[in-house]
Amino acid sequence: MIEFRGVSKRFPDGTLAVADVDIVIPPRKTTVLVGSSGSGKTTLLRMINRMVDPTSGHVLIDGTDVATREPVALRRSIGYVMQNSGLLPHRTVIDNVATVPLLRGERRRDAHARALELLDTVGLDRSLADRYPSQLSGGQQQRVGVARGLAVDPNILLMDEPFGAVDPIVRAELQQELLRLQGELGKTVVFVTHDIDEAFLLGDQVVIMRHGGKISQAASPTEILANPADDFVAEFVGADRGKRALHVTEVGGRRVVFDGDGRAAGVLAS
Amino acid sequence: MTWLWSNLDLVGELILVHLALSVPAIILSLVISVPIGWLAHRYRWSRGVLLSLCALLYAIPSLALFVALPPITGLGLRSPVNLVIALTLYGIAVIVRTAADAFDSVQPEVRQSATAMGYSAAGRFWGVELPLAGPVLLSGLRVVVVSTVSLATVGAVIGVQSLGSLFTDGFQRGIQAEIITGIVATILLALALDWLCVLTGRMLMPWSSPRRSRRPALSDVRSIEADPA
Repeated sequence: MIEFRGVSKRFPDGTLAVADVDIVIPPRKTTVLVGSSGSGKTTLLRMINRMVDPTSGHVLIDGTDVATREPVALRRSIGYVMQNSGLLPHRTVIDNVATVPLLRGERRRDAHARALELLDTVGLDRSLADRYPSQLSGGQQQRVGVARGLAVDPNILLMDEPFGAVDPIVRAELQQELLRLQGELGKTVVFVTHDIDEAFLLGDQVVIMRHGGKISQAASPTEILANPADDFVAEFVGADRGKRALHVTEVGGRRVVFDGDGRAAGVLAS
Repeated sequence: MTWLWSNLDLVGELILVHLALSVPAIILSLVISVPIGWLAHRYRWSRGVLLSLCALLYAIPSLALFVALPPITGLGLRSPVNLVIALTLYGIAVIVRTAADAFDSVQPEVRQSATAMGYSAAGRFWGVELPLAGPVLLSGLRVVVVSTVSLATVGAVIGVQSLGSLFTDGFQRGIQAEIITGIVATILLALALDWLCVLTGRMLMPWSSPRRSRRPALSDVRSIEADPA
């Protein structure tokens, strides 16, 4: 379990990125932080592994304040996946996946054996192991990034807009893959995105942030759609417009559902 | 040509002497420039001062430096050590800006990702930043190699033996073949060292030119066709 207690972050240039945030991130579930740029979601994420230290307040993992943990050791115990994969361009795929185990002093052979298994886990062919990242497609690189994040079998996996830079088809594929993986592994995933559809698809808990680093609502997707906390949330999730505003019309005795554009979306099951 | 054949021993010996002067200077200027370049990259405020100071070194006339160094080092005017020091200073002037640019060329996302993985600051420098700065550093090193090998000949004027001695001796005694031999040998030596740098770079940094050496596997064909690049 990860807890934020009264956490604020003001950067040296004066911007308030996160303003007095209290939130509990439940274990073994996916929590998605979603908001437009400048809402402080990435800053919030990076406070968990101390890439950013809060100006005030506390971040706790299983009751321990992360401020008391040594940052390098802390980061080696938490998986991290970032946009554009963040792979080391001068290391082969297998060495990239084995990065953290090797940093932790594991034997090369063991680390590589485990890295090969992880390639299977994320659906990559083992023949890619000796390639350099630049020889892979964007989707493959992102899978390697996920494998690397899982390499030390961490309890916590931080994902910072990991699918932001791939095309929509590959993104949909990676999202399904993450859902499958999460079903098998049950990690505490904290996922940052600006895409509300992605947030609703992946998140058990969705945290909607607005400009200035404030949380507008933290709840399940169903709860957010049913009871948006305020106008900002309603506007952000598009509850009152677009494809989320569905209409039911009776056609030939069956109740057909139309989306906001008037296209038939499905039939109501009785 | 007759001059060359009858003086092969001399030329061979001078090539070795020339190497003994230029190689230490090349290595020293690289080793000294990397930390300076890193500082200039890491601390923006220091960049202007550091890089300008180092570039100014190049403005010192070489003969004046050769004469000024012995009193400072306390070594004789003809000591090759003075020449190595002078060549190192010029080498630093040539490479230090490239060294700063080399560290700038490392993508910030890669640096951040290394930090997020749990690299310590030192581990990140040796394991990530330095290797990734490698290709740009190498391009700077190649300039230093060529300029140092050529500049080392100036030492002959103050009596430090090198391939330059072939020019001074050839001029004094009016042997044109000796002068030409000196010039050609200097150029060939510079090219040989440059080639060695490129080769070493390819060996140490296989990722920077991986695509040429690899035939695409069958599974790649589809993605290559789909990729207009």
